[in-house]
Amino acid sequence: MCLGIPGQIVEITDKTRKLGLVDVSGVKREVNLACIVNEEHPVADCVGDWVLVHVGFAMSRIDEAEAAETLKILEQLGEVQDELAAMRASAEALGKAS
Amino acid sequence: MKYVDEFRDPEKAKFLLREIDKIVAAIASERDRPISIMEVCGGHTHSIFKYGIETILPDAIELIHGPGCPVCVLPMGRVDDCVALAEMPNMIFTTFGDAMRVPGSRKSLMQARAEGADVRMVYSPLDALELARQNPEKEVVFFGLGFETTMPSTALTILQGEADGISNFSLFCNHITIIPTIKAILDSPDLQLDGFLGPGHVSMVIGTDPYRFISEHYKRPLVVAGFEPLDVLHSVWMVLKQIAEGRAEIENQYNRIVPDDGNNVALESVSKVFQLREFFEWRGLGSIDHSGVRVRDAYAAYDAEKKFSVPAIKIADPKSCQCGEVLKGVIKPWDCKVFGRACKPETPLGALMVSSEGACAAYYQYGDIEKIHETTDAA
Ligand code: SF4
Repeated sequence: MCLGIPGQIVEITDKTRKLGLVDVSGVKREVNLACIVNEEHPVADCVGDWVLVHVGFAMSRIDEAEAAETLKILEQLGEVQDELAAMRASAEALGKAS
Repeated sequence: MKYVDEFRDPEKAKFLLREIDKIVAAIASERDRPISIMEVCGGHTHSIFKYGIETILPDAIELIHGPGCPVCVLPMGRVDDCVALAEMPNMIFTTFGDAMRVPGSRKSLMQARAEGADVRMVYSPLDALELARQNPEKEVVFFGLGFETTMPSTALTILQGEADGISNFSLFCNHITIIPTIKAILDSPDLQLDGFLGPGHVSMVIGTDPYRFISEHYKRPLVVAGFEPLDVLHSVWMVLKQIAEGRAEIENQYNRIVPDDGNNVALESVSKVFQLREFFEWRGLGSIDHSGVRVRDAYAAYDAEKKFSVPAIKIADPKSCQCGEVLKGVIKPWDCKVFGRACKPETPLGALMVSSEGACAAYYQYGDIEKIHETTDAA
């Protein structure tokens, strides 16, 4: 919950609500992008960005190499598995396949 | 140095360890107690244990595992409130998975669910909001907890709920705030700390400025640290260097993620939706002034404490639990009489045993249990 997990924004799903689809280690889920956009970097420009996702919110933009290193450590800590399981369980509860 | 080879840059890790040894050799002789450094964040605690960082640091350094795991500091009365909410008719109670096993005075949320309450684990508050949208005939409560890292996500969810006109969604707010907590620790008479590793992801939201009082008023160094093992080592070295040079400053080791002024959008949403509570009760630490937030009156319709009647009874921690002393670093987990015996990860008595970010669970999982039992039995 506190460490978050890196993912890549693959699609903007709702421009007004600032929502996008993020690929986290192969699991895709909708993430709120409000905290990483501003006038210089609007929602429309976010596709391809790597971000650190905390409980469904992108909280920071990171570079790709950093994302890879972070994922490696999170995997060793067992956090990746936990986060992905939580995402899947939540998607199931909502009746959405991921 | 069996672990160092797993670090991002083993050569740099070895270099840092040599430098740490040098500084410690130079300053330890002038001191009559170990150099105590507290990591405030549970993510650091987890990383420190997983990578055996305590074992590779010189003995003269003592790492104190602070109260930075939000699940671990949740008081029993609050868990009881969750259970009471979850057992209301027509209710879907949603929570992060971590909170499911925290013991209440009668039962945990896990037990409440087994007895028929509709408790659902969600990954995000957004999913709880979605559940409310899908089930307009039900009430959906989200159990919000965590420091400033997760606070913006709950605030933004409430703002989204309001914008979408969803009226069957509310928040049981248990968010806590880091600064008053560190202040309470610094004011605690039984604790002597020489420096801090500051939380990385909390700081990503609040920035580094709010920590100034620690260097200016309390004259202690704080280094905002990333959670990777190399980050932790690097940050310990930065703290030691400050001590050796007689400095007390706020430094940012994790500047690749943490901007000094924090995240504006996140901070705005938090101040829009939340206000400080006069005080908030912590497991083990008692009541700390202004350490929690509540939903502002303007958003009362989204506040589960206003919408429903929550028992809000204060329950004392079980007598055998010494979570408070462990949290403050006054005793080590294995000094607690029930550690590894009545209190284990499968059957936690205290919350520090529930999450892998809690000091007791971390020692239990990664520590040398045999050795620990030898020392307690001998004592
Ligand atoms: S062993 Fe259990 S009861 Fe004792 S301090 Fe740790 S969590 Fe609390």
